[in-house]
Amino acid sequence: MRQIDLVVIGSGAAGMAAAIEAKKNGVNDLLILEKDEKLGGILNQCIHNGFGLTEFKEELTGPEYLQRFVDEVKRLEIPYKLNAQVIDLTKDKVITYSSKEDGLVKLQAKAIIMATGCYERNAGAIMLPGDRCSGIITAGTAQRYLNINGLMVGKRVVILGSGDIGLIMARRLTLEGAKVLCVSEIMPYSAGLNRNIQQCLIDYDIPLYLSRTVSKVIGKDRLEKVILSAVDENLQIIPNTEMEFECDTLILSVGLIPYVSLLNYIDCPISSTKGAVVNQYMETMIPGIFTAGNCLHVHDVVDFVSQEARLAGRSAALYLRNEIDNNEKKIAIKPGQNISYVLPQFVLENSVDDITFKFRVRKPLKDQVVMIRSGETVLGKVVKPALIPSEMVMVNLSKDKLQEVKDEIVISVEDR
Amino acid sequence: MKDLTCIVCPRGCRLHVDDDMNVTGNFCPRGAQYAISELTNPVRTITTSIRVTNRPYTLVSVKTTNPIPKQKIFDVMKEIDKIAVEAPVRIGQIVKTNILGLDSDIVITKNID
Repeated sequence: MRQIDLVVIGSGAAGMAAAIEAKKNGVNDLLILEKDEKLGGILNQCIHNGFGLTEFKEELTGPEYLQRFVDEVKRLEIPYKLNAQVIDLTKDKVITYSSKEDGLVKLQAKAIIMATGCYERNAGAIMLPGDRCSGIITAGTAQRYLNINGLMVGKRVVILGSGDIGLIMARRLTLEGAKVLCVSEIMPYSAGLNRNIQQCLIDYDIPLYLSRTVSKVIGKDRLEKVILSAVDENLQIIPNTEMEFECDTLILSVGLIPYVSLLNYIDCPISSTKGAVVNQYMETMIPGIFTAGNCLHVHDVVDFVSQEARLAGRSAALYLRNEIDNNEKKIAIKPGQNISYVLPQFVLENSVDDITFKFRVRKPLKDQVVMIRSGETVLGKVVKPALIPSEMVMVNLSKDKLQEVKDEIVISVEDR
Repeated sequence: MKDLTCIVCPRGCRLHVDDDMNVTGNFCPRGAQYAISELTNPVRTITTSIRVTNRPYTLVSVKTTNPIPKQKIFDVMKEIDKIAVEAPVRIGQIVKTNILGLDSDIVITKNID
């Protein structure tokens, strides 16, 4: 069995950034495994613009953004395998992948970076009520059909869920000649970024119905009708509030879930984000296995995926040089008031770098202050004029402050 | 007076423009530029895809190099639909200059070998 220092699983925004950073930090014996036929992951189908403003200070489309990383992978001569699907992983870091070219291959890795991205919740996951007809499709799948294969998924479209991909697809389908009747969102606020509400819906006069969801889909072979109903504060359907839409397609943009099935094989602890529990090095509870990007938690901006993945890449290099001590005291990081999750979930006490905490709020809030506390001690606070669940928040804590911490750190968002 | 959502970057600042066209709420200068443009001559960058004739079932993504007036979006889309290319193509390759005389080119945004 081939021995190798580092294997990066996935070559999307996270995988390539992680591999590049690992290589720049002295890891020369590495390999990227990609299941698709080209590098870049989901960015290949994200042909809209808005990428790269943080990373490159210019606005790029998805394919342009990924090409910058592909060029860097090639320049640094980082080896990669395409059409290589990882099918098994063991606690001892033996990776099995299958590819047409190589057959079934086992690799003994010293470190692994998981960069496997996420998958979409589908009709089954939300128990979509009504007929099981054709014409019901997830937003990402519709995006792939349209942007990669050139296939229109329908002519009269209703979109359920106001996640960014749903909004982007509303515009995309409109530009290609479909009639998008509306976007329906079960929550009282949009799950997508404000800019996408403006440039994808308002620009094209597509109505957004909040606190409304699909109460029935009707169709014998193909979808014929979608019924939307209003919901109460407990998200229960309110009778006699039906709106009827004749349509041939229902697009679902109802959430993304980190893809961690390989980590489940090795009983790696998973957090409420449905990604792995990690420390400040983006290292899972299994020493030497790192993770970053949408398989850790779902991001709204790809630039932050690349940033996070660089941290994982550099950490893998530190680990390979025995510069991460997993036996150090672990400080738990807990989400406090108004916060749905916070990353990392724990930190090792003697940190190489300052710590960046990433979190999301549970609901839209104004005039808030982010408090970082350990017991009664305030370690830091940051004023935030406005916070919404669709935007990930980042706050920094100096590593020196960790010395003041007893057992745990609580991050909360409070009125100013 | 008008309230807008900035679309320049994912930050999505809430902009406020008063009667004298003074912009507040913007995090960066581009937000102020956007607000003025949005109230005088709203423009958008178009991203879409075109056919690659010598590769089966293949599309290549394209964009406008400069934003075009919002009310011309569908006219530009119609014009872009007429374009097809032969691979290989490279990012930045111009496939149509000065589309509809709007001072914007259509360029490739994906490499196809």
